[in-house]
Amino acid sequence: MNLRYIVPLIAVILLFLISYLGAQVSGLQYLLGVVVPYLAIITFVLGFAYRVINWSRSPVPFSIPTTGGQQKSLPWIQHSKFDSPANGWQIVVRMALEIFTFRSLFRNTRMKLTQGGRLSYQLEIFLWVGALAFHYAFLVVLIRHLRFFTEPVPFFVQLVENVDSFFRVEIIYPAFKFGVPGVYLSGFVLLAAVSYLFFRRLFVRQVKYISIASDYFPLFLIFGIALSGILMRYFAKIDVTAAKELTLGLITFRPNIPEGVSAIFFVHVFLVSIFIAYFPFSKLMHLGGVFLSPTRNMPTDTRARRHVNPWNYPVPVHTYDEYEDEFREKMVEVGLPVEKMPEPAAAKTPASEPEQAEEKE
Amino acid sequence: MADETPKPEELIQIDHRPPKTDWMDVPVDIRKGMYCYASNPKSVEYLGLPNARQWNPLDEDWQLPENWQEIIHEGFKERLEKFRSFRVFMDICVRCGACADKCHYFIGTGDPKNMPVLRAELLRSVYRNDFTRMGKILGKINGARPMSLDVLKEWWYYLFQCSECRRCSVFCPYGIDTAEITIMGRELLNLLGLNIDWIATPVANCYRTGNHLGIQPHAFKDMLDFFVEDIEEITGVQVDCNINKKGADILFITPSGDVFADPGTYTAMGYLMLFHYLKEKYGLDVTWSTYGSEGGNFGFFTSHETMKRLNSKMYAEAKRLGVKWILGGECGHMWRVINQYMDTMNGPTDFLEEPVSPITGTKFENARSNRMVHIAEFVADLIKHGKLELDPSRNDHLKVTFHDSCNPSRGMGIFDEPRYVIESVCNHFYEMPANTIRENTFCCGSGAGLNAGENMELRLTGGLPRANAVKHVHEKHGVNMLACICAIDRAALPPLMEYWVPEVDVTGLHEMVANALIMPGENERSTDLRGEDIPGREVVEEESDIESEEQADEK
Repeated sequence: MNLRYIVPLIAVILLFLISYLGAQVSGLQYLLGVVVPYLAIITFVLGFAYRVINWSRSPVPFSIPTTGGQQKSLPWIQHSKFDSPANGWQIVVRMALEIFTFRSLFRNTRMKLTQGGRLSYQLEIFLWVGALAFHYAFLVVLIRHLRFFTEPVPFFVQLVENVDSFFRVEIIYPAFKFGVPGVYLSGFVLLAAVSYLFFRRLFVRQVKYISIASDYFPLFLIFGIALSGILMRYFAKIDVTAAKELTLGLITFRPNIPEGVSAIFFVHVFLVSIFIAYFPFSKLMHLGGVFLSPTRNMPTDTRARRHVNPWNYPVPVHTYDEYEDEFREKMVEVGLPVEKMPEPAAAKTPASEPEQAEEKE
Repeated sequence: MADETPKPEELIQIDHRPPKTDWMDVPVDIRKGMYCYASNPKSVEYLGLPNARQWNPLDEDWQLPENWQEIIHEGFKERLEKFRSFRVFMDICVRCGACADKCHYFIGTGDPKNMPVLRAELLRSVYRNDFTRMGKILGKINGARPMSLDVLKEWWYYLFQCSECRRCSVFCPYGIDTAEITIMGRELLNLLGLNIDWIATPVANCYRTGNHLGIQPHAFKDMLDFFVEDIEEITGVQVDCNINKKGADILFITPSGDVFADPGTYTAMGYLMLFHYLKEKYGLDVTWSTYGSEGGNFGFFTSHETMKRLNSKMYAEAKRLGVKWILGGECGHMWRVINQYMDTMNGPTDFLEEPVSPITGTKFENARSNRMVHIAEFVADLIKHGKLELDPSRNDHLKVTFHDSCNPSRGMGIFDEPRYVIESVCNHFYEMPANTIRENTFCCGSGAGLNAGENMELRLTGGLPRANAVKHVHEKHGVNMLACICAIDRAALPPLMEYWVPEVDVTGLHEMVANALIMPGENERSTDLRGEDIPGREVVEEESDIESEEQADEK
């Protein structure tokens, strides 16, 4: 038993149960549907801002980009603009490629050692595909949900919905109906991707070895959110109008709990609230952090433009004069030029002499 | 090489599967062959760094100051406040595992704590406990643990099994750079006097004598004079060698390792020949310096402050000598420091001129602020403009491949300049597989101060991915020479090659340049700079041209 995923799993199941049971009690509905979401949003906004401000308060003393390609040097040498960006817009492109296409992850390889002692590094794109599917599905789901917070629904939300429901999947039997209303692919992709990311953590030994509770918790939580969403839409068939009345009430600061909102909806909203509130205190902050990563967002023109360190302070140095004072006679003896000619019979005693190291560089 | 070093057949048996036990429950085992000796107290004291004392990593008691936990905590806090990189990298890792098999030490040892992510978690676990609420509440299941002596020992062991090569940072979707984390971790260790001697003593030497080896000025001159004699013997030309010359055009700084040990010495001879050529043909006056006789900077592996203290000599000496700009030789971490730190630490450089090659008129725009040019850029420009007379056929017996050194690759981006130079001075050049060169290059296994003798097993395992790629081109193309632009490589790769691919030798770029360079007034060359016969050009056997060429092929 590995507590690192058992504990988060139990936690998410408990959250599920608490909200499901709570929704049955009319008094708690207001708490689950109004108070908790508001608190979550406030926590998210303040927490997120706090974290970003906290990061920004630490200065960037040195410009330390990872140069992933040829530097800008001689005019006839092809500069790798987006892997070794030398100016602002090139950095913007590098960052955009990183943020929208996960470029570094795309480079991923898998090392293999054969019996004959030969190492190979093959392209390994599953993590990249999984991560991309996960994040984009999440984004589409997020955009679709704007429908619940806007009236009238903006055209781009409808556009995304149309694209997302492009594939018609309808199974209609008297006993089992599925596909009406139209199937949104994104929800299922999200569920699949989140499962892939979880099973990867469980079955890839190295990844399992490094995973901790806060790696599993968001995965279970997102799984729960996606699952409750899918249940609501395709199986429980909740009263969407009532749900929207509630969400619109939240966004317009006229919160109320309309009649006919089913329990599963409260579960969904509660899990989302937990997710939002948890966000700023977790690794999920990579969303904000990736923008501040100095190895990616700094220019590689460090020899052409001086980067200023705000806390640069003077340090003790061994000056040339001190150096010559110690070695002057020896220098003069072999004809090396000196600043000051030695006084006859000058005595010198260096404080302490570090031992000579052998064959060092 | 120590006798107890396992044989290649044994060392290649690597199990990359992590153990069943949780990593926090696996106690650190400081193993012979994998760690470097503790810093000599004299060296620590000379620099005025904390807690100088005799200590041994194998001892139970590391003789730490009583409040060492407080020192680490406060030091951690201070660095979080001073370095955004540190704070962000502590916070945003999602443990996706993309970096896991990118580290040469993990590939070579299979030790899971050499996976970059876990190396970072060694620090992150303490960070969670000390600086985050979530970590404090959830504790171990959320990867948090309090600082303890065992944790400290684990830090020390594994932070000196990272060569700060940055390969993992290329693959990280957030650009988390383990080098940065190792740098911070080592700074913290240094607050308690927990350095290794292979770093501490070179640093003290460099502070005092101007170079890591502790070569005093008169001895430095002797060594260069010795090269001058050798060059005369091989080429018949007596080259000039300026040292500490005021009013020279350019100050030249390179790692002292190349002045001291083969095969770097041949590269140093190459520099001397090149400068002589430029003086004779174009009147360019280049000077070496004894005060600034070290390009490398082991201070970089100690702390930012120590790095700055050592680096200050470069500008100070350039100012004193009144040169126009500085030319830097072939070196790895030296160039990371020069490229990304020097100007920030010790600039601005208003006493120097923006670098222009007086021979070709090329303005080195990319170095217009820090005013230091890499010799591969400088020479590539000379060759492009046809300013060097070269006979690449003198290197025909060499089948060359090029090892991109970590720091010039991922901390500078100098890839095509050295390749252009190589392809101009020799006719047989073969690249290693794409996943092992350029920004994906593998470390020699001995970077960041780890090229000591006592940790040979670490070096050989860490260098395995590099050696394996060399072996591939050796078998496929008959490659017999591994070129590089790093002095640590020139010290570290020969034993690595001898162990894994004994048929391949190691050279610097400018050894090959000088071998091809046709010096004014030189004799017909029958040997290369190593004093070895150039096949087909031996003095006596004039008829045996074809035969010896065949022999060379066989080699």
